[in-house]
Amino acid sequence: MTNIIEAVNLKAHYISSAYGVKRTVKAVDNISIQVKAGEIYGIAGESGCGKSTLLKVLLGAHRPPLTVVGGSVKYHFGARDLDVLTMDERTRSDIRWKDVSYIPQGSMHVLNPVRRIGSSFYDFISAHQPVSRRDSHDLARAYLSELGLPETVLTSYPHQLSGGMRQRVTIALATILWPKLIFADEPTTALDVVVQRGVIQLLKEIQQKEGSTLVVITHDMGVHANLVNRIAVLYAGKVVEEADTNTILKNPSHPYTQYLIKSLPRLDHRGERVSIPGRPPALDNVPKGCPFHPRCPFVMEKCKTVEPPVITVRAGHRVACHLVTGEVSHAATI
Amino acid sequence: MPQPSDSPLLQIEDLTKVFHTRQGFSSKQFHAVDGATLSLQADKPEIFTVAGESGSGKTTLARLILGLEQASTGTLSYKGRSIGALSSREKRAWYYKEVQPVFQDPFATFSPLKRIDHYLYETVYNYKITDRAGANAYIDGILNEVGLSLAEIKGRYPGELSGGQAQRVSIARALITHPSLIVADEPVSMLDASLRMSIVNMFRKLKENQHVSVLYITHDLATAYYAADRIAVMLRGWIVEMGPVEQVLGDPKHPYTQNLKQSIPPINPDAVWNEKMDLAQLDSDAFAHVGCKYANRCPHVMEKCRTHEPPNILHEGRTVKCFLYE
Amino acid sequence: MAAIRDLFRFSPSFRFGAIILAVVFGLVILSFFSPYESDDRRAVARNEPPSLEFILGTTSQGQDVFWMLTFAIRNTLLVAGLAVLIGRGVGVLLGMVSGYIGGTVDRLLSSLVDSVIVIPRLPLLILIASIMRGQMSILTLGLLIGLLDWAIPSKRYRAQILSLREREFTYTSVFSGMSVFKIVTREHLPFLMPYLLADVVSGFLFAIGLEVTLSILGLSDLDTQTIGTQIYWGNYYQALLTNRVWVLAAPIGASIIVVIGFYLASVGLSTYLDPRTRLGRLEVKTAVKEPETEPAAVTTQGVTL
Repeated sequence: MTNIIEAVNLKAHYISSAYGVKRTVKAVDNISIQVKAGEIYGIAGESGCGKSTLLKVLLGAHRPPLTVVGGSVKYHFGARDLDVLTMDERTRSDIRWKDVSYIPQGSMHVLNPVRRIGSSFYDFISAHQPVSRRDSHDLARAYLSELGLPETVLTSYPHQLSGGMRQRVTIALATILWPKLIFADEPTTALDVVVQRGVIQLLKEIQQKEGSTLVVITHDMGVHANLVNRIAVLYAGKVVEEADTNTILKNPSHPYTQYLIKSLPRLDHRGERVSIPGRPPALDNVPKGCPFHPRCPFVMEKCKTVEPPVITVRAGHRVACHLVTGEVSHAATI
Repeated sequence: MPQPSDSPLLQIEDLTKVFHTRQGFSSKQFHAVDGATLSLQADKPEIFTVAGESGSGKTTLARLILGLEQASTGTLSYKGRSIGALSSREKRAWYYKEVQPVFQDPFATFSPLKRIDHYLYETVYNYKITDRAGANAYIDGILNEVGLSLAEIKGRYPGELSGGQAQRVSIARALITHPSLIVADEPVSMLDASLRMSIVNMFRKLKENQHVSVLYITHDLATAYYAADRIAVMLRGWIVEMGPVEQVLGDPKHPYTQNLKQSIPPINPDAVWNEKMDLAQLDSDAFAHVGCKYANRCPHVMEKCRTHEPPNILHEGRTVKCFLYE
Repeated sequence: MAAIRDLFRFSPSFRFGAIILAVVFGLVILSFFSPYESDDRRAVARNEPPSLEFILGTTSQGQDVFWMLTFAIRNTLLVAGLAVLIGRGVGVLLGMVSGYIGGTVDRLLSSLVDSVIVIPRLPLLILIASIMRGQMSILTLGLLIGLLDWAIPSKRYRAQILSLREREFTYTSVFSGMSVFKIVTREHLPFLMPYLLADVVSGFLFAIGLEVTLSILGLSDLDTQTIGTQIYWGNYYQALLTNRVWVLAAPIGASIIVVIGFYLASVGLSTYLDPRTRLGRLEVKTAVKEPETEPAAVTTQGVTL
């Protein structure tokens, strides 16, 4: 399987100075990931871990004070290779929506409140291919019915639809041109639980139907568990573990991932849940060595000074932890 | 302080709050809370969860209990006294000492322009908990209960603390007057997943040590299952199922509760969703105005459900508002 | 204060504004050391152009323009200050109280405000001034201007309070036992500071403008030196037609400079006080200093899976 996204040693910082105080926030600190074509890839992490910034950089949508200070991001669309960080505006707008699309957080606010949904569809489609209003309407109607959305949506205004419906319409808008690469940023946040399930299912269906690659960024492990194939766990701007969903949920190696999974409440039992002591570091003041060391129960002297490199412990499983020497069985468990 | 009498701590009967929205010349009525009935015992502190989705009325119910809204009909009494009849001065003198809130967003709970300990000292002084000399020691003691210390937070602005710390301070402030009831509105939903459990664990501990009952409002059923003793599930203003949490969430009887439970994404990779849900079901957003509010979405709907309001039936240890169990 | 120092260094608009205002206030102070009384006539040679002896020349009444200007600035600022105190002071208080208490009180006050707003201020002022001609002192003028200027700000503050009242920290204050007065002054007022400041400045500018307008029309106390009356007397003695520009240039230039000074300073101060940039600064300052503190570790015993 080929890689559709390749990020190598990516470093992106927010550099700002106000009233004489200079501040550097290392939001993305030496991240390398590869997303395979046709998979559903999840980026997990709590608030302040840098995942939203990583998304911005992967999309090439970074603006000052966010500056890429190192590394590269490349897309590989079959025969075409694109360097995301250096491509010109013309290429960028060319691939936007057609090859690469983005479902933003809070999709409900994305739709133009004074235009009917059908017109929004027309705007988006006609920006990329010449099409008449009638054709765009037909196209939209066909696509919506494939996704289980009623035709009446097209003649409605956004405020006439429920929040969940708007979210699904936005997803339909983002994917109608069958882009090869879709980014979804917190697609289920602020939605009711029943609607969340519908959205997760919708995303799965679209990905299966179109064979696209889906990158899902969210802190909600429930979404990852039921949607993605592989998960990368971020902490303090770095990747601390990356593996397939099963491994992350049942057999994680990195202490942070272990804590994270064990602290999630489950409906199958009420035993005491673990909570991680301390709190995530501010990204402008990350601890030396391993960023997790102040909170890690297995901290060693080495962890305080030497940053653990990301090692492949076995096929498809990478971890950044001094405890993991190459054999997973040596990793301590909480 | 625990009340030695038999009177319940909090008693709500047939409580209704109607909002009127004006549209041009007509006005529509919206029953945010519709005939809610529940009670909390005084002698046995518990964590009582009110769960529901957006529009269920859980937040309005919390505001009614806190005295921030006036009910339209029904009774709301605390330790035998009717709250609706209290003036705001009376509330300040007595009720706000007994019932304290914890809000969802710890950074909205405090003014960002004020140091966070300002609220702690204000609470101590305004309710005359101790004199100026004893204030520091008292506040430090309360902060210790929530895992913090006065030295850590003194002089700091809310923005300097993490979400978890700020929320702990918010809880500490609520504890200063030794309330018998804390109304917590989504207290952990804005915190990171790894921090949530520490706050929920803390509520459980406070219930034991400080003898304070907690009314825990949330939409997150998984956390509710872990935290609560009893739970009430709300739908569009109605309490559709209420009882001990193992019963209600372990073996839900009301079709809505069953639907909610099924929709929670399971974390266990062996238990992930297998059946596809019917997406069209999400579209029938119109909740019925006559009869059972869930009639349009209920898989077991009967003729009766479309015309009559279901009664509250006691079934297998909990109350269910559904004709199925008559 | 550290704040003033920061402002001076990093906000160019504040810097220039402050410098200009310093000059203006320097002139005001100078007025107390003036060798001439403000109503001295024929104290010096008449109609002299600016020279080393008379920096800004002299008027047709035999007054030194420069020293008269110092009086003029002083008096104009006095009038404006009074107007702002009364007008904006009343307006702010009324608006805040009305907004917080709500209910019938609010509705009554709002109706009052709405009625007053509709009144056209300048014509009314001209009318009153014409009727009172001869009995108008600058203090009365200040009072009058102030009474006409409280309505619009009160609406604005009421709107601000209405929104602040629903914020969660207001509820926290209520449950912390704070009285209404305490909440409005200690919790809400800090948020209103940028508006207050901008309002004070715009109040000054409005009052200065009104005073100058009235005086040029000859409707205020013409025996007192103000920027407006200087212009009036200049016109009276045909300064423009007889090419004695300095008599008019001085007060006009002064009014422009005062206005610019106030405006620049307020813009800089206002941005600095705005809660949004304030928070950003607070974050930055403390982010650098903050050590890694951890709350006490919560239990990890008794873990089951």
